[in-house]
Amino acid sequence: MIEPGTKKSAVVLVDGCRLPFMRSGTEYASLISYDLAREALSGLLKRNNLNPAIVDAVIMGTVVQNPQTSNVAREAALAAGFPNTVAAHTVTMACISSSQAIASGVNMIRAGQADIVIAGGTEALSDVPVGFKKEVREKFFESRKYKNPLDYRKFLQGLSPSDLLPQAPAIAEYSTGEVMGESADKLAASFNVTREEQDAYALRSHQLAATSEGKLDNEIIPTAVAPDFKALTHDNTFRADSSLEKLASLKPVFVKPFGTVTAGNSSPLTDGASATLIMSEEKALSLGYTPKAYLREHVFVAQDPNDELLLGPAYATPNVLDRAGLTFAELDVLEIHEAFAGQVLAVLRALESDTFAQEKLGRERRVADVDMDKLNAWGGSLSLGHPFGATGARLVTTAANRLMAEDGQFALVTACAAGGLGHAMLLERYAQ
Amino acid sequence: MTHFDIEMDTSVALIWLDNPTERVNVLTQAMLAEFSDVLDEIEQNTDIQAAVLISKKHNSFIVGADIKEFADFNDKNEVIALINEGHALFNRLETLKKPVVAAVHGACVGGGLELIMACHYRLASTHKSTKFALPEVNLGLLPGLGGTQRLPRLIGLQKGLEYILSGGNIYPKPARKLGLVDALIHAQGLRQAAVRAALGLVSGEVKPAKSKQSWTDKLLEKTPLNRIVYSKAEETVAKRTRGNYPAPPKIIETIRTGMEQGIQAGFKAEAEHFAELVMTPESKALRHLFFAKNAAEKNPYADVAKPVTTIGVLGAGLMGAGIAQVSAQNGFDVILKDQTFEYAAKGKRGIYNDVSKRVGKGLSSFERDRVLERVTPRGDYTLFRNANLTIEAVLETLELKQQVLRDVEALAPDGHVFATNTSSIPIAQIAEASARPEAVLGMHYFSPVPKMPLLEIIKTEKTADWALATAVATGLKQGKTIIVVGDKPGFYANRIIAPYVNEALLMLAEGASVDAVDDAMRDFGFPVGPLKLLDEIGFDVGVHVTKVISPIFVERGIEVSTVMDDVLAAGFKGRKNGKGFYTYEKGKTSGVNQEIYRFFASERQQFAKSVIRERLSMAMVNEALYTLQEGVIARPVDGDVGAVFGIGFPPFLGGPFFYMQQQGLTNIASRLSTLEAEQGVRFRAPALLNEYIQQGKDFY
Repeated sequence: MIEPGTKKSAVVLVDGCRLPFMRSGTEYASLISYDLAREALSGLLKRNNLNPAIVDAVIMGTVVQNPQTSNVAREAALAAGFPNTVAAHTVTMACISSSQAIASGVNMIRAGQADIVIAGGTEALSDVPVGFKKEVREKFFESRKYKNPLDYRKFLQGLSPSDLLPQAPAIAEYSTGEVMGESADKLAASFNVTREEQDAYALRSHQLAATSEGKLDNEIIPTAVAPDFKALTHDNTFRADSSLEKLASLKPVFVKPFGTVTAGNSSPLTDGASATLIMSEEKALSLGYTPKAYLREHVFVAQDPNDELLLGPAYATPNVLDRAGLTFAELDVLEIHEAFAGQVLAVLRALESDTFAQEKLGRERRVADVDMDKLNAWGGSLSLGHPFGATGARLVTTAANRLMAEDGQFALVTACAAGGLGHAMLLERYAQ
Repeated sequence: MTHFDIEMDTSVALIWLDNPTERVNVLTQAMLAEFSDVLDEIEQNTDIQAAVLISKKHNSFIVGADIKEFADFNDKNEVIALINEGHALFNRLETLKKPVVAAVHGACVGGGLELIMACHYRLASTHKSTKFALPEVNLGLLPGLGGTQRLPRLIGLQKGLEYILSGGNIYPKPARKLGLVDALIHAQGLRQAAVRAALGLVSGEVKPAKSKQSWTDKLLEKTPLNRIVYSKAEETVAKRTRGNYPAPPKIIETIRTGMEQGIQAGFKAEAEHFAELVMTPESKALRHLFFAKNAAEKNPYADVAKPVTTIGVLGAGLMGAGIAQVSAQNGFDVILKDQTFEYAAKGKRGIYNDVSKRVGKGLSSFERDRVLERVTPRGDYTLFRNANLTIEAVLETLELKQQVLRDVEALAPDGHVFATNTSSIPIAQIAEASARPEAVLGMHYFSPVPKMPLLEIIKTEKTADWALATAVATGLKQGKTIIVVGDKPGFYANRIIAPYVNEALLMLAEGASVDAVDDAMRDFGFPVGPLKLLDEIGFDVGVHVTKVISPIFVERGIEVSTVMDDVLAAGFKGRKNGKGFYTYEKGKTSGVNQEIYRFFASERQQFAKSVIRERLSMAMVNEALYTLQEGVIARPVDGDVGAVFGIGFPPFLGGPFFYMQQQGLTNIASRLSTLEAEQGVRFRAPALLNEYIQQGKDFY
């Protein structure tokens, strides 16, 4: 008989880092997500002087997949210098893909399947896989059987010229057909979040990012990539010169003419990659590392993609707090993914609402009274950018660094994702 | 005020529509009277710069006027005066100095749409429940609160005519395209957007949307060329209504008056024509049906119904697949079983093809996929252990039906209901094979199931109330209009068709021609004539059903035409093999099949249309009386609903019983006795008719 595994370890975050995030179509425009991933992985190895041969697993999250590198974690790991013997896999869960990568790593270590896991994510939104309609793809498959050149006449039979036009994927829900910006607009309206409030929140994010550059240095790997090998040391996503007037002058993009979500109060399309080094506590200590934080509880939740597409954090937060036996007031650091200013403000309103708690959570009182000083103090996805697959690992890394910089004990990381999905994770600062 | 709540948001007055007694907002005279006070308030209150009309009801704006009030309209001048008041009120709204924004979420129908067209700006939610319509034509009326004038001015003459004549729905996106609304927003943001629009109208930053008409449409509509538009509309109406419906021509006339002589003349014509139409027997009949149908869509036994989540369907042919389809579309899980998995899968393919036709027309391919996933095709019974209700649609033989009943009962859980979709075998006879006959009943659908609204539910003497309630609840959820009928051959719909078709065959034998008979009955108001109907049903089915029902007629001394036996034996089957009373090429009728006449008298001769109509229609309504006398139907209203929604009895006549009542029962009795004297015993009226006359009773 095989003995069931009994090992259950505390899991720690040893380190986390990322490439500087770049607006899509700028510095990383000629790269694919694999390039970004290998830069992040090798950067993590180097700064931790880690021998890749002792790593048990590499897990990377990604959303918009490049079909040539569908298991992008494996290709990038090989290129980054990992030996052939280190297994690697890719996970996808929309904007919480690298959260899922980290959670998978944590679970593997807890289950005794691994001691050292590298988990992160990569996204090149400059490189969307343009494709053909299903009918055309069927013809391509059929055409493999064509014997002589005249057979290709058959290819066009039943197709109209417009069928041959390439198609780019939309950031729309497959199930509802709704573009995410529309959902955010809807969500903001249902929590009575005004345009002015959204613009003010977006401005706050940009201003915090602009003033926190030095603080973020710790998580950013200086990067130089093909073809120019320009020195890149900070994000190019935030706008230090933004103002309420400039934001107010923008027209709504998703719901015209009376919508409230604009390009100014949405996160920008971004390229980037991130990676974290997580280990069992014993392993980290035995290797001589000083962990930054414990990775305690995590949850994934799901709601109706029609009405609550981006409200996941309002459900995941009380859930993860209950698991850990903590209250919201005990949290020192809050890192909430900022897909849209309206979405963040709606989530905060939900957390602060007794009615929401009673109707949706079955709790008597609201989950939180949010202290804004604790929230995304170094900027957020609105200003730092949002490479879908890489954001989750950035949030965890920043949360751990903030716990240390701000001398806190507990941090909450929470994010929403397409499909009506949501995630939350609790970090506890590592006591030395 | 009881119908409106006024809430101030900065300098904008939010006028919340909230009928205090109904679940939805209905435009009553009381509400209109109060609306006048609302306008006073907007005008006089200097804190108010602009107003927003918005509804407090769930997914509903204003569903239309209160039709019940129309029953009291007996004096033409009184009605005109009432309409004039309404016009004055809406004109006052339209010319108000302060802008009024309509913020529409949910159904905005009839008077509701007329109200918002008098507003200065229209904003609508993109929600599924939001729709606009002027459906008055379906009640034999025209829109009486300015709709005939304002709609064509807003969306153009051609579109205006189209939507008022059809009564069809306009959904948010097309409404924006047509220019019916100025802007759209998600339901969640409607209130805030409306306030912004109102303030924007005050400051001049927001302007109503410009006309969306193309220059070709303008040329066609705003020049003398518009004669073409009117004559085309008249032509279409004449063809569709065959002169039986007075409302459509009046609608065209009213619109034309307004467009040619100015809007005031248009309002005047609207008031007069509304007052005329509301008192026509056609409108009364259509309103009667409206209420009857609504009543037939409620379950009087709801509290004893058992929950149904999974429906087993036996037989994946056209009927079975159709039943499976309406079940899956309305949220049931369906096990679709046929003799083999291959046959069942073919049934599912039919469902896929039919549902796919709706993709892009209000249904997404994802929603289609979810519907399809609810249908599990199988060649065996294993999954029937999960079925709460089984509907069999296998071949019409008693042995087979009893066999499948036993097969299902062997597996089915407690509380399972077995329903047979037979059209000809007594339910009680099938139930003899059952170990629990209290849970056996009939659910008789009409083909094609997704299109035909009627469902006859047949109870036997042994059927338990809970089983009946469960079947009714299921049928309602399938979107059907239901009548509960007794277990007698032919039930209700087929029973009253039988003597009608028989009469048509007798007339052919007397020398009438196929097209003359069908034409006369289409003039009467049926969508197809009786012989075309036989073609559609198929002669084999027709002969079979006739055989089952015949004993009832034989008992009354009536000779039933057996000519169809010979026709069928000679290889004529109707549309299905292209050989019926008509010939068919590529699925289209190509003319009367001259060959068929060899089964009837050799010489064709002319019959007056009135003779054909009288004999055929009286044969049907007389049979309806028998079904009431025998208790096949419990109430006349069931007979009206069954005839109109099951077999296309002319809606403007309100159903056989409403028709008889409008004609007068004494009149019907004397016409029947005349026919009996001429034609024989088959026109003898049942004793019931005389009882009604003697006792001075009416059906309604």
